[in-house]
Amino acid sequence: MESDRIKKLLEKYFEATATEAEERTLRDYFLQEEVTPELKQYAPMFAYFSKAKEERYTRQVPLNTVTAGNRRNLYRWISVAAAVVLTFGIYFGNVQIEKRKTEREQALYAYNETKKALNLLAENFGKGTEKVAYLNEFEEAKQKIYNGN
Amino acid sequence: MTQSEFLNVVMPFKDKLYRLAKRLLVSAEEAEDATQEILMKLWARNDMMERYKNVEAFAMTMTKNFCLDRLKSKQSGNLKLVHSNYSDESTSLQHQVEARDSVSWVEKIMEDLPEQQKMVLQLRDVEEYEFDEIAELLEMQPTAVRVALSRARKTVREKLLQKHRYGIG
Repeated sequence: MESDRIKKLLEKYFEATATEAEERTLRDYFLQEEVTPELKQYAPMFAYFSKAKEERYTRQVPLNTVTAGNRRNLYRWISVAAAVVLTFGIYFGNVQIEKRKTEREQALYAYNETKKALNLLAENFGKGTEKVAYLNEFEEAKQKIYNGN
Repeated sequence: MTQSEFLNVVMPFKDKLYRLAKRLLVSAEEAEDATQEILMKLWARNDMMERYKNVEAFAMTMTKNFCLDRLKSKQSGNLKLVHSNYSDESTSLQHQVEARDSVSWVEKIMEDLPEQQKMVLQLRDVEEYEFDEIAELLEMQPTAVRVALSRARKTVREKLLQKHRYGIG
């Protein structure tokens, strides 16, 4: 009785018209120990299918942390860092420029002062030479006296 | 979606992806590579994953397409053409030597099926999907699924019977 039913189910199975429940019946039948000898030839099929289902993917599921969402976050942080670097750069750059400006002013001031001092010096030199001119007068007079003798 | 949420979604069907990949690519190593690639692709678009109502079906279709592409690019190299010329004879010899027991013989028989029949048989008889699901996964008509399945099952039966007869004779 049982084998007749199984034979009918097998027919449907090979026409691919068996329902899920019917296919399950077939599987259960062929996976148990007592299979009618005339149907034994079909057992390897079902045995293999159930064996094939045992196979497992054994590798680790690879999840690198840089995903689309994370990448967006990464860009956000990079832009924050860039902004920070930029403000600091501008701030310190300004300080540097200011410093250089005052330095230049100081140099100009020093230059002018030196010039003034040198001018003063030159003026006094001029006075000195005028006075030396008097000395020349004296020398000339002396020469005249000598020549007179 | 965080890592652990993603894993919870993916864990139940990652083996199915691997088995489908292995059915198509045959080599276990290539199948593992393919599965890894698919999982990475899924993870890369995990922010979109919530929108798919059936992630498993989507992943299976991805695997199918990925493996078929792999096979196509492999076949386009003419190395394969040369090889397949004599692979028939050598594999049948190999079959006789290796596949002593009929169970692993079924595996060898399935290797020789056309890709579509392989996939249909895998999804129905190994993974026990419903016909509608298979049709959706493989982007086929439901009737075409039944036809392919019937052909695949009959081919396996025929070759299995042949083997039995040779085994006796």
